[in-house]
Amino acid sequence: MKLSSYPIDGKYGKFGGRFVPEVLMEAISELEEAYEKTRKDPVFQKELDYYLAEFVGRPTPLYLAVNLTRKLGGAKIYLKREDLAHGGAHKINNTLGQALLAKRMGKTRVIAETGAGQHGVATAIACAALGLKAEVYMGTEDCERQRLNVFRMKLLGAEVHPVDSGSKTLKDSINEAFRDWVTNLQNTYYLIGSVVGPHPYPMIVRDFQSVIGKELKEQFQQKEGKLPDALVACVGGGSNAMGTFYPFEDDTEVALYGVEAAGEGIETGKHAASLGAGSEGVFHGMLTYVLQDGNGQIQQTSSVSAGLDYPGVGPEHSFLKISNRAHYASITNKEAVDAFLTLSRTEGILPALESAHAVAYAIKLAPKMGKDQSIVVTLSGRGDKDVETIADFLGEKI
Amino acid sequence: MSITRAFQKAKEQGNGALIGYITAGDPSPEQTPKIADALIRGGVDVLELGLPFSDPIADGPTIQAASIRALNAGTTPMRVLEIAGEIKKDHDVPVVVMTYYNPVFRIGLEKFTAAAKDHGVDGFIVPDLPVEEAQDYKKTANSHGLDTIFLAAPSTTNQRLTKIVNATTGFLYLVSHFGVTGARTSVEDSTVQLIKRVQPFTAGKVPLAVGFGISKPEHVRRVIQAGADAAIVGSAFINVIQKNSQNTQAILEELEATARALKAATKIV
Repeated sequence: MKLSSYPIDGKYGKFGGRFVPEVLMEAISELEEAYEKTRKDPVFQKELDYYLAEFVGRPTPLYLAVNLTRKLGGAKIYLKREDLAHGGAHKINNTLGQALLAKRMGKTRVIAETGAGQHGVATAIACAALGLKAEVYMGTEDCERQRLNVFRMKLLGAEVHPVDSGSKTLKDSINEAFRDWVTNLQNTYYLIGSVVGPHPYPMIVRDFQSVIGKELKEQFQQKEGKLPDALVACVGGGSNAMGTFYPFEDDTEVALYGVEAAGEGIETGKHAASLGAGSEGVFHGMLTYVLQDGNGQIQQTSSVSAGLDYPGVGPEHSFLKISNRAHYASITNKEAVDAFLTLSRTEGILPALESAHAVAYAIKLAPKMGKDQSIVVTLSGRGDKDVETIADFLGEKI
Repeated sequence: MSITRAFQKAKEQGNGALIGYITAGDPSPEQTPKIADALIRGGVDVLELGLPFSDPIADGPTIQAASIRALNAGTTPMRVLEIAGEIKKDHDVPVVVMTYYNPVFRIGLEKFTAAAKDHGVDGFIVPDLPVEEAQDYKKTANSHGLDTIFLAAPSTTNQRLTKIVNATTGFLYLVSHFGVTGARTSVEDSTVQLIKRVQPFTAGKVPLAVGFGISKPEHVRRVIQAGADAAIVGSAFINVIQKNSQNTQAILEELEATARALKAATKIV
C-alpha cells in the first residue's frame, strides 16, 4: 500500500479515527460527504486556485539561501517562502479552502481555535474575503503573548473569545471550539487550523496545505532537475509539515524531517515534543502521540513558540513516525532563537519562531551532507509577530 | 443490584429512575462516598461517578470546574475505582463510571476494566467513544460483565439510533439538546419531541435515560412524562457542592434534599 493512499476508513494505520461525542458524528459525516463532492468538483478547484493566485499571491518562491549555504559549507539550503503568503504564513492555504467549503455547505458562521494567532488571523482574512462571520477561540496566555494578532483579528472583523480554562493555550481553545460546535452545529462550521482532530479534518487540512509540497516539487525540478534530498519542516500540530511532506510520501529517496519544540530541553519536562517524548493516546478526536502522564491526563507543554505549544500531533505524523518514513527531531528554545538571528542576519529574512525550529535543524543537517545535495526548509511564516518574544528572550528592551 | 434491576425496581414502585452524577474526588476523594450516601438517601437509583479528565470537551463550566478540583485533590483513575468500591460496600445501588476514553486507553482497556470489576463497578459511559470506535472496548467490558452505556443525541439519525441501541447495555443515555453539560432553566419542547422519537427504538429493549441540562423537579417530571425511563442530573448536584465546599454538613443536607425533591418528580402519573 502506498503511503499516500492513507487515510483508509479514516485511519493512518492505527492512528486517526473519530473519537468525538455522538452529537458531532452526523456533522462530521456531513462534512466528509461535502468534502468528497467538493474535491472532485472542477468549479471548486478553479475557485480555490483563483484565490490562491490572486489573493494569497501563490506560488510562493523557492529561494536559494545562498549566504547561509556558503556559511555552513554543506548541502544547498532552499527556503519555501510561505512567509510571503498573504497574512504572513501558510495558514491561509487551509483557511481559504475550508472557508470556501463552509460556504458550499451553507454555513454562515465559522469558528476556529488559535495558538500563536496565525490561524486565527488567516481565518479572519478568509472569512472577511468570503463574507462569513468568524469567531476565534484563543487561550488567555496566548492572547497575552500575541497581543498584536488579537488586534489584527479584530481589525479584520473577527470576534475573539479569550479562553481561561486549563492551561489557557492552544489545547484549551480547541476544547472550547468543540464545545461551541456541539452547541451550534446547524449554522456553524468548525475550521480546524492543523492536521488534527477527528477524520476527515487531518485529511482536509493536509490536502489544502499540499499546495506547498506540490509547488516546491515543481520549482525544485525546474531549478535542479531532480528531487531534493531532504525536506525539513516544523511540527506543532503539523500542518505545514504535512503539506510539505505529502506530495513526497511515495518518493522514498527524499528524506523527511519534522522538527518539534524541545522547549527548555526534553529532560526538563518543559517542551512540546509529542512525537519525540509522548505516547499513544486519544485526544481531540484522534488516536495519536500525546504528551500525557501515566493516568492519561494531558500534560502542559512549553515552548517559546506559541504555534508549536500543543500536546498532540496530527495522526498522519504518528503514522509516518512508526513507519520510519519521516524522522522527527526537536530543537530547544535557545537553538530556535539562535537560528532566528542567524537567518535574519545572513539572509535578511525574519522567520516565525515556529519556522526557526526548522531552520535550526537544517543548520545542523547541512554540514553533514554533500555540496551536491539539497535541503528544502519550509519557512512556514514570517517572524514580525515574534519580535517582542525574541526581545524578552534576549533580555532586551524595545 | 444490577442497572437493569434498578430500573425495574423503580418501575414496580410506579416511578421513573433518578440517575445522579457527581465528579469523583470533588472536593476530595475522602468526601465522595459521603456525598454518594446523601444522594442515595435522597433517592438516587443509579450513581454515575465522573472520572476527572484534564480536557473534558463534552462538559460545560460546572463539571469542568469540578474536574479541576478533583484533579487538584489528587484524584487518579484508580482512586475513582476505589471510591466506587467504597460506595458499593455500603449500598446496593448500581455505580456507573463516566470517563473520557484516554485514561482508559492509557492505563489499558483490560487492566482498567478488570480493576473496575474488582471494585464492583456496574458499567461505563464513555462520551467520546462513538459506536464505530468502540469494538474492543465493548468486547472487553461486556466480557467482564460490565454494561457499556452509549449515548444518542438530537443529531443522531434513526439509522444510527438502531446501531446505538443494539450496542448499548444497561440503558441508553439520550443527550437532551445540542450543547454541553450544565444546568438550564427549562426543558425545551424539542427535548420532548426527541424523547418521543427515540422511545420506540428503546421500548422493550433497554431503558431510556435523558440527561444534559436537567436540574429541577419540573424538568424531571417533563422528561418522565414524555416517556423516558430515567432522568440524569449532574450539574445541579455539583452546584451544591461548589457553593458549600467549605461546609461538609451543609453540602450533605442540601444534596439529600435536592435528590429527594428530584426523585419525587419521577412519579409516573
